[in-house]
Amino acid sequence: MKVWQCIVCGFTYDEAQGIPEDGIAAGTRFEDIPEDWECPDCGVAKADFEMVEIG
Amino acid sequence: MIAPAQSLVIVGSGLAAWTVVRELRKLDAHTPITLVTRDNGDFYSKPMLSNALSSGKTAAQLVSATSAAMAEQHGVKLMAHTEVTAIDPVACTISTSQGAVAYSRLVLALGADAVRLSLQGDAADQVLSVNDLQDYAAFRERLQGARRVTVIGAGLIGCEFANDLIAAGYEVDVVDPGTQPLGRLLPTEAGRLLQQALSQAGVRFYFGTSVQAIHAKPQGLQAELADGQRLDTDVVLSAVGLRPRLALAQAAGLQTARGIAVNRQLQTSQPDIYALGDVAEVDGQCLPYVMPLMQAARTLAAHLAGQPVTLRYPAMPVVVKTPALAVVVAPPAAGSSGQWQIEAGTGGLDARFVAGDGALLGFVLTGKAASQKAILQKTLPAVLA
Repeated sequence: MKVWQCIVCGFTYDEAQGIPEDGIAAGTRFEDIPEDWECPDCGVAKADFEMVEIG
Repeated sequence: MIAPAQSLVIVGSGLAAWTVVRELRKLDAHTPITLVTRDNGDFYSKPMLSNALSSGKTAAQLVSATSAAMAEQHGVKLMAHTEVTAIDPVACTISTSQGAVAYSRLVLALGADAVRLSLQGDAADQVLSVNDLQDYAAFRERLQGARRVTVIGAGLIGCEFANDLIAAGYEVDVVDPGTQPLGRLLPTEAGRLLQQALSQAGVRFYFGTSVQAIHAKPQGLQAELADGQRLDTDVVLSAVGLRPRLALAQAAGLQTARGIAVNRQLQTSQPDIYALGDVAEVDGQCLPYVMPLMQAARTLAAHLAGQPVTLRYPAMPVVVKTPALAVVVAPPAAGSSGQWQIEAGTGGLDARFVAGDGALLGFVLTGKAASQKAILQKTLPAVLA
């Protein structure tokens, strides 16, 4: 499981957690999120996210 | 000077400018783009400026791509460290410190300046504000060896910095003439909770007063408040709002109000000149947040690529970056009629602004209740339908 970070606003997507309240189940890999998905905090496109190391 | 048949010139290199470039290149690989910027043009996340200290990030670490890399990747002619001094809307040229540049279409992504209060005292010029990456670098430098920080303003940016500074181990005083943090965004109950959470973390608030003067002292600085209190401090950070940079537009005769007035194609009163981001006022609204800026950049890119598009703002809740207490706020539109319905539980506060017919018009969620954001957001009306 990886953690991804929005390069625009810093929002992190943790694959282990998912975003259940937004219909993305825990354990959903980033590549399995629909391509038209946007950062929930700032609206940046999925393509503009980046992967970050887990601390 | 002969410009190509279609040449796009963008002034600015913040998130708005680079997002227009990125979105336009997804639709149009060929139109020549020139980007003119007075700083170095590096791409960084501005929202992270107010929470980068406690994570130990330097200014350089916040740069996710250099301007040279961005320019290369997107086929942009970059004019960095270049000041734009005038726009000639008739000749379709801009004057710059590197000479004139012709455009067929011009995008103004000029941003906004931090508002500076006029303060008395022999150290008034020591007051900092953090509005871009260079400011952040200077702020970090001033914090070297400092222990106490006074923050002027308990709004969004003031509260975020206060939380970040306290988390980074500084002593923090926050001064604001209002009665609570985020006074313009939060109902009293939510403001009180945020104040409690930040106070418990160690932030000291001074409400109902303001900073009048900054004095130099042998051991640092002293902030003199209107009510006579004096706060010993090392660094003073001002966070009292933003003012769109209008001078260029006004001198060129473009219509301005609080921001540069644009329609929902982001056109100014000169149809081949566009504005977006913190400098722009869309349909009477200045919204200096990331989400509206991204929407505007996408709409503008599609418009520039010849698509018939109209800017639409969905509901855009603002996530306040205060780890001491999660806060999400979707303010009701100005002038909405309705009432706050507030439920406070152990998990947090769930405040909903509801119209007479039961429709949800806005909300504030704190603590665990913040996880309701995604669900509630779907039922909110669009900000610009």
